[in-house]
Amino acid sequence: MITKLNVTSIMVLDKNEALDFYVNKLGLEKGQDVKQGSYRWLTVRVPGDPGTEISLEEPGPPVHDEATAAQLRELISKGAIGGLVFLSDDVRALYETLKARGVTDFTQEPTTRFYGTDMGVRDPFGNAIRILQQGKVAHAAKA
Amino acid sequence: MSREVEDLNRRLLRARDAMDRAYAEPLDVPAVAAVAHLSRAHFIRSFRAAFGETPHRYLQRRRVERSMFLLRETDRNVTDICFDVGFGSSGTFSRTFREIVGETPSDYRLGNEPMLPPTCFQMAAMRPVVAAGVARRSSTFGIAAAAAAP
Repeated sequence: MITKLNVTSIMVLDKNEALDFYVNKLGLEKGQDVKQGSYRWLTVRVPGDPGTEISLEEPGPPVHDEATAAQLRELISKGAIGGLVFLSDDVRALYETLKARGVTDFTQEPTTRFYGTDMGVRDPFGNAIRILQQGKVAHAAKA
Repeated sequence: MSREVEDLNRRLLRARDAMDRAYAEPLDVPAVAAVAHLSRAHFIRSFRAAFGETPHRYLQRRRVERSMFLLRETDRNVTDICFDVGFGSSGTFSRTFREIVGETPSDYRLGNEPMLPPTCFQMAAMRPVVAAGVARRSSTFGIAAAAAAP
């Protein structure tokens, strides 16, 4: 029986830039940062939740040949590859915090739906990030 | 070379996000092109090359998807929904809806009930594919531009 999601990965164009965004802007914490030869195992995680790591991966050798890596980079920058969904205890406050930290690429401002309040933002490379505050709220459906 | 493509894609994606966010407002091509820091003509050409359809069509499908959502999930009347999602006239809305979905807004409402996936997934996955046999049309935002005109 599978018991937990341990590692997921997201493709980024630059690990240092990704680390800055995910930690200093979004507010995750740095997980592991280990250099193995030319490979850097770099993860971030939700603060206080060490059981699930998000590995930041760059397209390129030895995993991808250069042509494949170029295709992946193009797809990432079109927003066509990956994404992450996080939970928050206060999406609207987080939205203000992210704005204050200079985040501008919101795909959706905080909006209340039948399943809670969520917002959308892109990382610097084009990956979609959703942040949801769960909880049913009585309201009229709104586009 | 590759970096330039990635940078262009990223700016086009930002412009596409702007349409997803502000579909209900009277958008015009130059305003959306400005988000990508491109001229109108270059933007339309590049957007189509990256995403396979013109910005105009992308916006139409976003607006129609949101109208389908409101038709399913609310009791608002069709004319109100038309303006809610950014169309400038109910005639244009009905024609565009029929062209893309293949049936009228009222018929769609009769045949469909509320859905469960979260809105972000609905917005991504439920945006209608243009019904078969429809020719690609102009790449201007004529509808919104007309609505914005005095």
